Amino acid sequence: MVISNAWVNRDYKHLVLDAGLPAAGAKAGQFFHLLCPATEQDSPFFRRPMSTYRADPATGRVEFLYKVTGAGTRGLATLEAGDKLPMLGPLGVGFTLPAGARHIVVLGRGVGLATLAPLAEMAAQARVGVTAILSARDAANLMSQDRFTAIGATIVEVTDEAGTSSVENVERLLRELHAAGRADAFYTCGSSRLTLLMQRLGAELSVPGEVAMEQQMACGIGMCYCCVRAFREGDRLVSKRVCWDGPVFPLAEVA
Amino acid sequence: MIDLSVDVGGLRLSNPVMPASGTFADGLANTIDFNRLGAFVTKTITHEKRTGNPVPRVAEVHSGMLNAIGIPSKGSDYFIRESIPFYRKFSPPLVVSISAPSNDGFARLAAELSQVEGVAAIEANISCPNIEEDGKAFAMHARSTAAVVKALRASTSLPLWVKLTPNTGEIANVARAAQEEGADAIVAANTILGMAIDIDTRRPKLGNVMGGMSGPAIKPIVVRMVYQCHRAVSIPIIGCGGIATAEDAIEYMLAGAKAVQVGTATFIHPTAMIDVIDGLVQYCRRKDLPGLQGLVGAVEDTGFVPFEAMA
Ligand SMILES: Cc1cc2nc3c(=O)[nH]c(=O)nc-3n(C[C@H](O)[C@H](O)[C@H](O)COP(=O)(O)OP(=O)(O)OC[C@H]3O[C@@H](n4cnc5c(N)ncnc54)[C@H](O)[C@@H]3O)c2cc1C
Ligand SMILES: Cc1cc2nc3c(=O)[nH]c(=O)nc-3n(C[C@H](O)[C@H](O)[C@H](O)COP(=O)(O)O)c2cc1C
Ligand code: FES
Repeated sequence: MVISNAWVNRDYKHLVLDAGLPAAGAKAGQFFHLLCPATEQDSPFFRRPMSTYRADPATGRVEFLYKVTGAGTRGLATLEAGDKLPMLGPLGVGFTLPAGARHIVVLGRGVGLATLAPLAEMAAQARVGVTAILSARDAANLMSQDRFTAIGATIVEVTDEAGTSSVENVERLLRELHAAGRADAFYTCGSSRLTLLMQRLGAELSVPGEVAMEQQMACGIGMCYCCVRAFREGDRLVSKRVCWDGPVFPLAEVA
Repeated sequence: MIDLSVDVGGLRLSNPVMPASGTFADGLANTIDFNRLGAFVTKTITHEKRTGNPVPRVAEVHSGMLNAIGIPSKGSDYFIRESIPFYRKFSPPLVVSISAPSNDGFARLAAELSQVEGVAAIEANISCPNIEEDGKAFAMHARSTAAVVKALRASTSLPLWVKLTPNTGEIANVARAAQEEGADAIVAANTILGMAIDIDTRRPKLGNVMGGMSGPAIKPIVVRMVYQCHRAVSIPIIGCGGIATAEDAIEYMLAGAKAVQVGTATFIHPTAMIDVIDGLVQYCRRKDLPGLQGLVGAVEDTGFVPFEAMA
């Protein structure tokens, strides 16, 4: 049941639901498949995948942060407190922390930040330090700073507006963090350019990492094979289902 | 006590509801009780390994979807080794959907599977391109259907179901050809060829340009085909196309289907098949029926009473 569904800026809304267990036991990086309501204008047919922005077994609450883009998310945007939202989940494979990691770097762009916030909290709980590099078009689209601040993460904001979000600049930041011993693992979501950057640097500097991937989904539970992407396994390319084998994959596997 | 059990093409099923090929996989076992299904039908397998089509592989349309998944397959060896033991843990019979590009290929794959313990029936998906017929689907014509069913029949003694394509102008003839060559049941039908274009990018919405339409939008078309097939053949018909509720399933039965397959609906509502089974029981209770037998083909044709032309 919907508790609240409020705008956080011009494009994004924050949806809070009372979902109970086991939904609220969702792990960082897992997602739900949402049956978005139809409106006068739209009748979305498929469900829509959405990663958990927060899940708290103690309160039974599950939260999503979503960008209003098309038929499905426009339907979601019409939900009001007290409405019901059929959701399937938690689904998929979440993030993992490598044994012995003491400090990790998370790098998110746009709505990818929503996916990484629970990971940062998971790291904090395991007493692992976090540096969060938040990237967006402009300052208005930077979100979730409070979530990262609350766990004591170091935050670096980069935007297109300020000219700081280029791959070159982010690469410089990552190299500095690594040199300072603050990058035992890399995590990213929301941009293929940044994913490739982290993959390349990870390989060069021997830093393991993970990425949360997106792909269009029909079933969300491994039945339809529409969400496949190519992944690298050794020197072979293999197809994997993002909903079932992911959505979180080792950075080294990205093809 | 309401008894939903049915005899369908050589198999006794505890109820007439089963998944449609390609819309079901082992992962669903986390969500529904597999032992309640009438049967399992697998995604179509091929003898060789195949990767399937480029993405995007699906697009949503009004009340339905287009898919061009293709037939990604890890090959029959992998299937026999990894999948069959999984399904053997449950009570419903396992129907294996197969495909091949030639009559001979179909026959060889059916023969291979007939040796494997745990395979209860073969469903031949003859909607795929036939290389001997210039890439046209086997089931588009009665002649090519007859030839492939004949080859299949000679190669297996397992119950043989033949899944037809709606992309033909002669569905009744095709069904008759399948029956004459020894099919034990027909499945009507596969997806309807369609296309969708993104008007902003001017690109087809599917990586493969054209794809198969499924979901509620196609139901009236396939109900009509089941009705036509029912008048043409005496073997059981399994209805498939847009079924999401017990009411949909009953409509198919009235048109002539003895059993039904639920496809796309499971993507939207993972419990759809169970809901259909429960709904059938409720329908029987409401109508005071002991079972479903009396429904098959029981549509009452409304006789046309001529009236005078307008003056
Ligand atoms: C695992 C996963 C987690 C996600 N988490 C979030 C999140 O936390 N917040 C958020 O805002 N978005 C998230 N997305 C993306 C979100 O699912 C899409 O933005 C959404 O499906 C768009 O639907 P729409 O109907 O509003 O847009 P439309 O453009 O109308 O959608 C049309 C079709 O395209 C598909 N589609 C469109 N954009 C995407 C996309 N980026 N990824 C996958 N499929 C897409 C839709 O599923 C639908 O089938 C996630 C995607 C995945 C796969
Ligand atoms: C994603 C998807 C994959 C499919 N794959 C197969 C397949 O491998 N073999 C087959 O015979 N039919 C396949 N079909 C067709 C379905 O089995 C069924 O005939 C069709 O979807 C119509 O039923 P529905 O409207 O209930 O989905 C597929 C359909 C979909 C949507
Ligand atoms: S969405 Fe169906 S297999 Fe992934």
